[in-house]
Amino acid sequence: MSEKPKVAFYWCAACGGCDEAVVDLAEGILDVVAAVDIVLWPVAMDFKKADIEARPDKSILVSFINGSIRSSEQVEWVRLLRKKSQLVISFGTCAGGGGIPALANEFSREEILKYVYETCPSNVNESKVRPGPTPVAHNGDGSALTLPELHEQVRSLDQVVAVDYYLPGCPPTPKIIAAAVGALLSGKMPPPGTVLSPDKALCDECRRKDSKPADLSLAEFKRPHQMHIDPEKCLLAQGLLCMGGSTRSGCEALCPEGNMPCTGCFGPTSRVRDKGAKVVSAILSNIAADEPEAIDKILDTFPDPVGTLYRYGFSKAMLRRKQDD
Amino acid sequence: MADNTGNGQKTNGLPRIGFYICHCGSNIAGIIDVVAVAKFAETLPGVVVSREYKYMCSDPGQELIAQDIKEHKLERIVVASCSPNLHEETFRKAAQKGGLNPFYFQMVNIREHASWVHENKAAATLKAKDLCRAAIYRVRLHKALEKRRVPVNPDVLVVGGGIAGIHAALTLANAGKKVTLVEREATIGGHMAMFDKTFPTLDCAACILTPKMSAVKSHPNITLWTYSEVEKVDGYVGSYEVTVKRKPRYIKEDLCVGCMECIEACVFKEAKVPDAFNQGLSKRRPIYIDFPQATPKVVVIDPATCINVKTGKCKKTCVEACDRDAIDFTQKEEKVQLKVGTIVLATGFKPFDPKKSPHYGYGKYPGVFTALEIERLVNASGPTSGEVLTRDGRHPKAVGIIHCVGSRDEKTNKWCSRVCCMYSLKLAHLIKEHSGAEVYNFYIDMRAPGKAYEEFYEKLLSEGVHFIRGRVAEVTDWAMTKEEEGKLVLRVEDTLAGFVRRVPVDMVVLATGLVPQSDAGDVRRVFNIGCGKEGFFQERHPKLAPVNTFTDGVFIAGACQAPKDIPDTVAQAGAAAAEALALVDAGFVELEPNTSYVLEEECCGCKNCIPLCPYTAISFDETKKKADINEVLCKGCGVCAAACPSGSIVQNLFEDAEIYSEIEGVLAR
Repeated sequence: MSEKPKVAFYWCAACGGCDEAVVDLAEGILDVVAAVDIVLWPVAMDFKKADIEARPDKSILVSFINGSIRSSEQVEWVRLLRKKSQLVISFGTCAGGGGIPALANEFSREEILKYVYETCPSNVNESKVRPGPTPVAHNGDGSALTLPELHEQVRSLDQVVAVDYYLPGCPPTPKIIAAAVGALLSGKMPPPGTVLSPDKALCDECRRKDSKPADLSLAEFKRPHQMHIDPEKCLLAQGLLCMGGSTRSGCEALCPEGNMPCTGCFGPTSRVRDKGAKVVSAILSNIAADEPEAIDKILDTFPDPVGTLYRYGFSKAMLRRKQDD
Repeated sequence: MADNTGNGQKTNGLPRIGFYICHCGSNIAGIIDVVAVAKFAETLPGVVVSREYKYMCSDPGQELIAQDIKEHKLERIVVASCSPNLHEETFRKAAQKGGLNPFYFQMVNIREHASWVHENKAAATLKAKDLCRAAIYRVRLHKALEKRRVPVNPDVLVVGGGIAGIHAALTLANAGKKVTLVEREATIGGHMAMFDKTFPTLDCAACILTPKMSAVKSHPNITLWTYSEVEKVDGYVGSYEVTVKRKPRYIKEDLCVGCMECIEACVFKEAKVPDAFNQGLSKRRPIYIDFPQATPKVVVIDPATCINVKTGKCKKTCVEACDRDAIDFTQKEEKVQLKVGTIVLATGFKPFDPKKSPHYGYGKYPGVFTALEIERLVNASGPTSGEVLTRDGRHPKAVGIIHCVGSRDEKTNKWCSRVCCMYSLKLAHLIKEHSGAEVYNFYIDMRAPGKAYEEFYEKLLSEGVHFIRGRVAEVTDWAMTKEEEGKLVLRVEDTLAGFVRRVPVDMVVLATGLVPQSDAGDVRRVFNIGCGKEGFFQERHPKLAPVNTFTDGVFIAGACQAPKDIPDTVAQAGAAAAEALALVDAGFVELEPNTSYVLEEECCGCKNCIPLCPYTAISFDETKKKADINEVLCKGCGVCAAACPSGSIVQNLFEDAEIYSEIEGVLAR
């Protein structure tokens, strides 16, 4: 065995896009592979839990963990990796703030399970079987099935184990991954807890910035499919809910470059504790109406407030989650 | 006094906090168990001294804080007592006396927020504990802040040349300050110059006003700019930069002596233009002077009607007539810059437009007049030389005065205009004196609350003027009897007699109320002050800061703030002048440090904050592409800090961390 540093990749409640992002390093991945030994990467390589359990504590230099945490299995895995790793890097916005899966916190666990296993129109489940840690007799051969327990709440990685660094993004862009890996291998890491992306909002990198007027006076919120989007003009000024002003930069304004508004996947800057509350203050203070009825009329065009404002960070929101009655 | 000091608690690196709870006599201690709160506070991390005391705001109370700071090496102070509005400054000073930065202090209002509003003692005590815990959590994060001083330019701008502006300007000038008085009309004097007599003394308005007008003109400390308007105000208290638009009057002011020969010489042999000063009851020429005592006594050419200004083709007989070469058709509008430290706004009112109450027939029946028209009619230098005549030249035998036109009326304005009852009495007296007509006053209530006002009402009652209590329903020329033919009939329910009357008269006087100037909204935006929903300028506090505004260094006086009579206007003008003087003579203003600032490195330049600042303190630095907050203009309202989407604006004393720790503290039970 070589003496190259050991690196692990793991996924929790995620879509797989973060692993794809590692592959997106393209030829860059060869440099990484040359410099390190990958000891775990479920999406690409065949390692078992026992392999990791067999390793000495702290023997892995860094574990990159993506996805949010919502099952007993995920908790076991991230605790194990924490124990075996010198550094844990939260990889991507689901690990960082709960991501899209955290929008499940808008519903109670019971509501979710009831719908998915019982009331969903495409289901046939007359005996109302629900999978879980309690063994359930399988319909066919009588063998018992268990599944990890689904938690009440979808959590970010740092709500379960200590996290050393964060790579934001849905997924993190090759540029910030490469920069992080480079810093890591050269030993030039910033203070622990740092999000490895500029702590400035995205407007800073957006070439449409100069076309943003000082006074927006928003009279209506529009969604991208409802209009022809001017490819040069500030998207917010066009009535699109662009989150650039409240979102950390580092992606080089990929979405605005692609003529789509920023949805906020890099999360808030370090100075903002609750992104949704912040955007409410920021954007809504710019709507054109003064009278309650007129304000309501404009707000009616604001699509899915929680899903829009907390799209990637609901686990970190002060709103927390819905509880069972 | 229970002595809970020196509990020996280790602060584990937290700042050492002194906590004090005030009994406020029984105001607080009557409901809240102050001893229990003090004992509770003592258990909180960082608290090394916790005391309760009868009156923390007393000298011994303040001394206690100063002593403890020295003795116990306190680094933070929390006082739980009344509203910060009352004593925050007191306790900050006490902390400072003890050698601490005054902003290492937090006040908890357990009187207005707890003891005064609750009856349940146990619950109120619990709430007080929560509030105190919040302050103790928060104060740990406080930072040392410094008050900044900015110098005050001693020059003053007075806007509006009515009696309020005149009085304020003279007061300031007499105190040795340089004053610029800007008036948009061609003469100062305002509405008071149009009045014939003043109530209740029946002093001749001109006799008491014109000496003050000449004093303004001749005062070495006053620069008088008539026919001028303030267009733009930049800067902040102590250092305002004002742009004044000076309209061309086509007359060289320094050469004209007001001989008026040019007026006689005008090619218009006949005066054809309605004379605004006389409310359109007489005509003037395109070159004119408002009234004989106009100040400055300089004629003015009306560009809308002067043939030469309009077409350039006129014999210019006026120019020939002027032996001083004072007429100058080449004059152009000028923009003049002015630097002042303080501003007094005295832009006055406008009379209610009676056409908005069409049932009184103004503009429909020639016999219906406004009160201001009657002022001109009874005036010796007015259009009829003081004779009370209807528009068709008849001597009225009966005159009805309708009170509360455009006042106390759900359909128009709800407010009482305060002066109409009294001026109606005055006009009743003058009409009777000048014409011998029977005069009927139709009133809702007689409001005579000023000095010698009720006595004036008594006098009128004894003069044989008729008083009918009731709001007039309509004025009509529809006669029901022979006596009513050719007359104007006032239909009114006499609420004292209990039946509906029809009173035929020859002349109707509408006691129109006072409303804000039509452009009051624009004016208040120029000066960045607020207004109430009716449009009058908003004072900072209705009782305790009646001439201050929410913009430091801008004061208001007279009817621009609310309807008021001459004595109140003059008193307010004096007060506004005194407030301006207080700033000027202090020489500097101290700025509260609870201002916001932009984290320059972090600001992404999204401009979100810029339109939101109610004090226009934020500008966009085009070279740096960053927002910039002018600390002197910032009032610490926090709007920008809340609205900055990337959290790159911080407000001193209200940093996010401080607010969150306060919330955590209040919820930590």
